[in-house]
Amino acid sequence: MEMRSTPILQVDNLHKYFPIPRHVGDVLARRPRRSVRAVDGVSFTVQRGEILALVGESGSGKTTVGMNVLGLQQPTEGHILFDGYDVTEWSRGHGASLEAADRFLVPLSRRRRVMTLRERAQMIFQDPYESLNPRQTIFDIVAEPLDIHRLTPSRTERRERVRTALETCGLAPADHFWDRFPAELSGGQRQRVVIAGALVLEPELLVADEPVSMLDVSIRAEILNLLRALRRERGITILYTTHDLATAGFFTDRMAVMYLGRIVELGPTVEVLSQPRHPYTRALISVVPVPNPRRRRQRVILEGEIPNPIDIPPGCRFHPRCPEAIPACREMDPRLHPVAPGHDVACLRV
Amino acid sequence: MNAVKQFVRNPMGVVGAGMLLVVILIALLAPWLAPYDPQVRVQVTPDDILAPPDAEHLLGRDDAGKDVLSQLIYGARVSLIVGFTASFMSMFIGTTVGLVAGFYGGRVGNWLMRLVDFLMVIPDLPLMLVIIAVTGRGLTNIILVIGLLGWTYTARLVRSQVLSVKERQFVLRARSLGASAPRIILRHIFPQVVPLVIAQAVLDISVAILAESSLAFLGLGDPTLISWGMMLNFAFERAISRQAWWFLLPPGLAIVWVSLSLILIGNTLDQIVNPRLRTHHLFDARRMVALAVGVPPLAKADGAGE
Repeated sequence: MEMRSTPILQVDNLHKYFPIPRHVGDVLARRPRRSVRAVDGVSFTVQRGEILALVGESGSGKTTVGMNVLGLQQPTEGHILFDGYDVTEWSRGHGASLEAADRFLVPLSRRRRVMTLRERAQMIFQDPYESLNPRQTIFDIVAEPLDIHRLTPSRTERRERVRTALETCGLAPADHFWDRFPAELSGGQRQRVVIAGALVLEPELLVADEPVSMLDVSIRAEILNLLRALRRERGITILYTTHDLATAGFFTDRMAVMYLGRIVELGPTVEVLSQPRHPYTRALISVVPVPNPRRRRQRVILEGEIPNPIDIPPGCRFHPRCPEAIPACREMDPRLHPVAPGHDVACLRV
Repeated sequence: MNAVKQFVRNPMGVVGAGMLLVVILIALLAPWLAPYDPQVRVQVTPDDILAPPDAEHLLGRDDAGKDVLSQLIYGARVSLIVGFTASFMSMFIGTTVGLVAGFYGGRVGNWLMRLVDFLMVIPDLPLMLVIIAVTGRGLTNIILVIGLLGWTYTARLVRSQVLSVKERQFVLRARSLGASAPRIILRHIFPQVVPLVIAQAVLDISVAILAESSLAFLGLGDPTLISWGMMLNFAFERAISRQAWWFLLPPGLAIVWVSLSLILIGNTLDQIVNPRLRTHHLFDARRMVALAVGVPPLAKADGAGE
């Protein structure tokens, strides 16, 4: 596996706020502008060929991180370096966000730079029933990235690349599938088509946003094995977001646990799962079902719901639900600090 | 190919298409089918005026002693020309406006929709009457007026559909692949609104035909052409008091006939083009594709059914 010194992805102090539209009443009552703080200061680095899991409940901001990494949203603050190039800088200073840049009338040179990212980093979406255009054939879906990036010198080569991509993803023989429409395939087959459509450009980074959560348990392992094989054979880097610790533990190298827009624990997957240091991680792990009826464990059941990301609690954002909170947790916002080599935790008590 | 097959299998669509085909053939073959030329002046005797149907004049004669059947046959031409061209115009303008307003949103979208609102609140028929009265009663003017005023509903419909389609994940996927705005609109959004547009366009044809008939009935038809609306106008003014039903009923029924055929076709097309109404991978087990690793492909077994 090729290792270069530059990490493929560096996320530095990423913030993404979504402003809440104010009603006339709010303006008259001089209520302040408020926003949903979906991602609130996240930093991490992914090395080439690594699989990093972003784990968290819904609303923890993991999908938003993925969207920002791919430039599908414009960060409120912070930087994202893809192979050393600042993705956020491409769109800054032009008065337009990448979202707008996607739409229309972008100066060509900048569009070309954005296209480089679009070619080298791909996304796999959560819902295979939604992420395929129901009116395109499987062939058109998988060939479209090639057309967009004008990577199709000849028709035969185009066919061959689509065939390779489909068959790599277990849809063999490809001819059997490519004239069909998504409605004729099962969920697992569709997700394979989604992956094939991402692979056809031979990307270096895959952002897999809950790729198996909509699939039957029996198909999950197949898809995850496919992703693992892609890493092994092609050295593809994968950013895997999930709420499911079991699948994350199954095939990732490192794991970042997110809570309310922040990373609370980051470390090697095995270590985080076997020796969780943050109370939130411990609570999550304690409720993962273990297929052994004799094993009795202490379950940590968290009180209440994940707080509203509009009104984030002061101090440590986890303290209202934390079983181990001390008075200081209400005032001090803990920073991510190392507790072991390569293992960081954001908790005052660790 | 598949769509044609399905259309043929649907009795509603076949009946509608048959009814429309009859009208189209009549319009095309009018010079050969019509027993008399309705434009030619005829010498009449008082007995010929509003003469009831007989062997020579199957639908009787009008107040000028002309053959009603011939007028009816030539009238199909006007109705179809106005219907198809005007609805095509509405469809084109409405779809374009709807796609642009829905996809770009923001200021552009708002202004476009205010324009739509503005046109929508003005009652169509009085506006058409005024415009036709000012610009003249030519066939082109009538088509333009109907076409240029009839696109607002289509625009609304398309815009609302675009607003929901553009939030779907496959559009996000296209964006993440780097697809340009025109490509997303044409490849990913437009195909999702096509069934709506087609159903609406077919309905618009009958609306346009009715609008033309209304204008002609109110005396603003093209004076050089005979249309069904104009026949109704003449009949209403001159024939009702004489109980000349043969002059009043045929054009009215002809309008119903064409509108009904278009509605039947429109509904059938909607059923076919909208895949959600057609297949789901759970509905029909034979449509499922096996992961063919050492498994004989299922599609071949029922190849005839594909």
